[in-house]
Amino acid sequence: MDRPPVVALDEVSKSFGAVRALSGVSLRLLPGEAHALLGENGAGKSTLIKTLAGVHRPDSGRVEVDGSERRFSTPADALAAGIAIIYQEPTLFGDLSVAENVFMGRQPLGFGRRIDEAAMHARTSELFSRLGVRLDPARPARGLSIADQQLVEIAKALSFDARVIVMDEPTAALSAHEVQRLFGVVQALRAQDAAVLFVSHRLDEVFSLCQRATVLRDGEFVWSGPLTDETPDSLVRRMVGRELSQLFPKEDTAAGDVLLSVQRLTREGVFTDVSFDVRAGEIVALSGLVGAGRSEVARAVFGIDRPDGGSVHVRGRKLKYGSPTAAMAAGIGFVPEDRRQQGLVMDASIERNTALASLGRLSTFGLLRRSSERALAQDWAVKLRLKFAKLSDPVGVLSGGNQQKVVLAKWLARKPSVLIVDEPTRGIDVGTKAEVHRLLSELAGQGVAVLMISSELPEVLGMADRVLVMHEGRLVEELSRAEATEERVAMAAAGQAVTR
Amino acid sequence: MTTQLDTAAAPPSARRTAARRLSTRVGRVRELGIVVALALVVIPTAIVNPRFIQPQSLRDLLLNASIVALLAVGQTLVVITRNVDLSVGSVLGLAAFLTAQQFADHPGTPLLAGIGFGVAVGLACGLLNGLLVALGNVPSLVVTLGTLYVFRGIDYALAQGRQVNAANLPDALLNLGSARVLGIPILVLVTVVVIAVAAVYLRSYRSGRELYAIGSNPEAATLAGIPVAKRTLTTFVLSGLVAGLAGALWVARYGTVDAAAGTGLELQVVAAVVVGGVAIFGGSGTVAGAALGALLLGTITSCLVVLQIPAFWQQAIAGALLLSAITVDRLLALRLAKALRTSEGTSHA
Repeated sequence: MDRPPVVALDEVSKSFGAVRALSGVSLRLLPGEAHALLGENGAGKSTLIKTLAGVHRPDSGRVEVDGSERRFSTPADALAAGIAIIYQEPTLFGDLSVAENVFMGRQPLGFGRRIDEAAMHARTSELFSRLGVRLDPARPARGLSIADQQLVEIAKALSFDARVIVMDEPTAALSAHEVQRLFGVVQALRAQDAAVLFVSHRLDEVFSLCQRATVLRDGEFVWSGPLTDETPDSLVRRMVGRELSQLFPKEDTAAGDVLLSVQRLTREGVFTDVSFDVRAGEIVALSGLVGAGRSEVARAVFGIDRPDGGSVHVRGRKLKYGSPTAAMAAGIGFVPEDRRQQGLVMDASIERNTALASLGRLSTFGLLRRSSERALAQDWAVKLRLKFAKLSDPVGVLSGGNQQKVVLAKWLARKPSVLIVDEPTRGIDVGTKAEVHRLLSELAGQGVAVLMISSELPEVLGMADRVLVMHEGRLVEELSRAEATEERVAMAAAGQAVTR
Repeated sequence: MTTQLDTAAAPPSARRTAARRLSTRVGRVRELGIVVALALVVIPTAIVNPRFIQPQSLRDLLLNASIVALLAVGQTLVVITRNVDLSVGSVLGLAAFLTAQQFADHPGTPLLAGIGFGVAVGLACGLLNGLLVALGNVPSLVVTLGTLYVFRGIDYALAQGRQVNAANLPDALLNLGSARVLGIPILVLVTVVVIAVAAVYLRSYRSGRELYAIGSNPEAATLAGIPVAKRTLTTFVLSGLVAGLAGALWVARYGTVDAAAGTGLELQVVAAVVVGGVAIFGGSGTVAGAALGALLLGTITSCLVVLQIPAFWQQAIAGALLLSAITVDRLLALRLAKALRTSEGTSHA
């Protein structure tokens, strides 16, 4: 294929504050190809996609469409150039109907430029039947499962004759049947000379679907070429750049008393009948696909969402429903999935953020002393090897990994007996990742019960003493460290657990 | 696209899901609820005092509500995008005074030109609000709280304590305030036309639907290529424009205008919009609902007067009603969210 690329990125760099997300990355998408974009979490894939989408403007480098340079200043520009993006996190309008979500801004028009609702619903149904989806075009998008939301996103991208379709982990939440349908659609798009950029952590999918691949690592371009001469192992080596086994140093600890006990916890329509224990010194991983209900279980345990049934006990004492205050008082710490929105106050300083969960202890007669905040932050910054300029800097200027350390410090300062961490290393560079893992391992060694939610199988396998697997809101598998293999966890997550 | 359609999937007509039925029902319940509330207020009042439902008093009721209803239409456009326009009362006051002064100082001013002048004043005010919110990225609550005082201040400065009386206004204008077509006051008809136009715009035009999208998920709206700043600006301009029109009609209706016209109206308008089922956090609601909300609040005030309830209690009762409307709204939203969450498994069926 020596036709000119439909879209090309040439030596693109992008920084956010002190964090260099992309440095000199190039990518060429040829007409009619499915191209895989590979890299670990935090390798810069999302930034690259958002550059293509017109969300980020590159600091340097060129974006070319059909060989001529283009500057996208808004997402509308990228859409107009025929670039459709399916984001990993669905971006739907909950109040509007599914059909309107698909055709927003491009609704079919009838008499007097009024929206032709019947045509819009018919065309949405058409797209859904191509995808093999049974969804009512007229129902509101609010309340759809993650998988269904993803399918609406895919229908949206198909609805305009895009020349480049970027799919960011489109299969993470889909069933095997839906994935097959999606692959059929991708083939049809290729036949029409569209280019598909496919981001997935599932290498088998990459090999069955894509012709070429580009690998990023820590924001840098590593390799690009045809997949014909590659094997999964060779790709993983390019992505990781080191041996996997060195990454996850969980030390064996003797498990102590049960600190956290969850019994038959249920939240209607989200998760059902979830029971498990976590002992002192143990790291228990909660695994499963995106949307399986893992984070929701964690939120319910910590009291953010109110469960409809079941109970949570900490050290044998029943926890009040729906009260994070009670959960904190009982000694639970919670590091949420989205540290920018939920874990940190981005504009506040490092010391403020570190002290946030310990304000009661740090104040005298209700007055907060700045010096005690600073002493606490200083102490933890040293312990966690935080890289920073001044403790009074806003936490937003730190790199993702260091931000995560601040979130951890905030909870560790309370000396929790149970720590729940949701995707603790998402979007963190490899070096800091290992440090976070070392930290979790040390905590377990000190007798903390750790519940870890993670989508990264190597992390789960390397860190966890036990692996619990969720599928569609139910706990379907429990594996000891010895039993847990990539295959067994993946099978259970896909709803094909052998036992139980 | 040339791909063959897959006909294996069920036809859409066969899939009217429970979730959808419920959500349309809740939409209807909102407006039906207001109608029921209206009946609950009107019927006992009419029994106590039959004169309350004579044509003339019903006309007065509609006339009184129509100015608030007009403002509520503009406010709905703004609130749907997750903003608020607190300056509408001041815009109305400024437009009313300037329109009246224009007619008084230039006796030859044609009727439509004079009203157009008021509309233009409103539009200019709305443009200022919109520019500050959309381009300055300042929260609308703060911007319009500021312009509420600025516009009112300008109003007082220009009026310098004077007022324009009916004697100085042309008959054509004053007739507009009292004239009727088929027994319905022209002012009410104008309001109905504005409601109808806005309703069709919000329902059936792309840019109208985009307002809902912006309020529903601002971030996703940007990613979908919706010109968020432009649309936001437009809603404030339209809200100002409608407030300007309402100002001109205020002159026609009351005949006497000073700088205090419409003071405090903005809170009535926001209350009407919320009672009318427009979500204060954007994304849903209709202008018809908002107008009904204005009618309900106006009717309650009238009823309380007819029932000779002390004026002290009237505000408290109106406020309690607002709270109960919001409570019902919240309960319905929770029920709906739960129903949608647990509705059948769609693609995984």
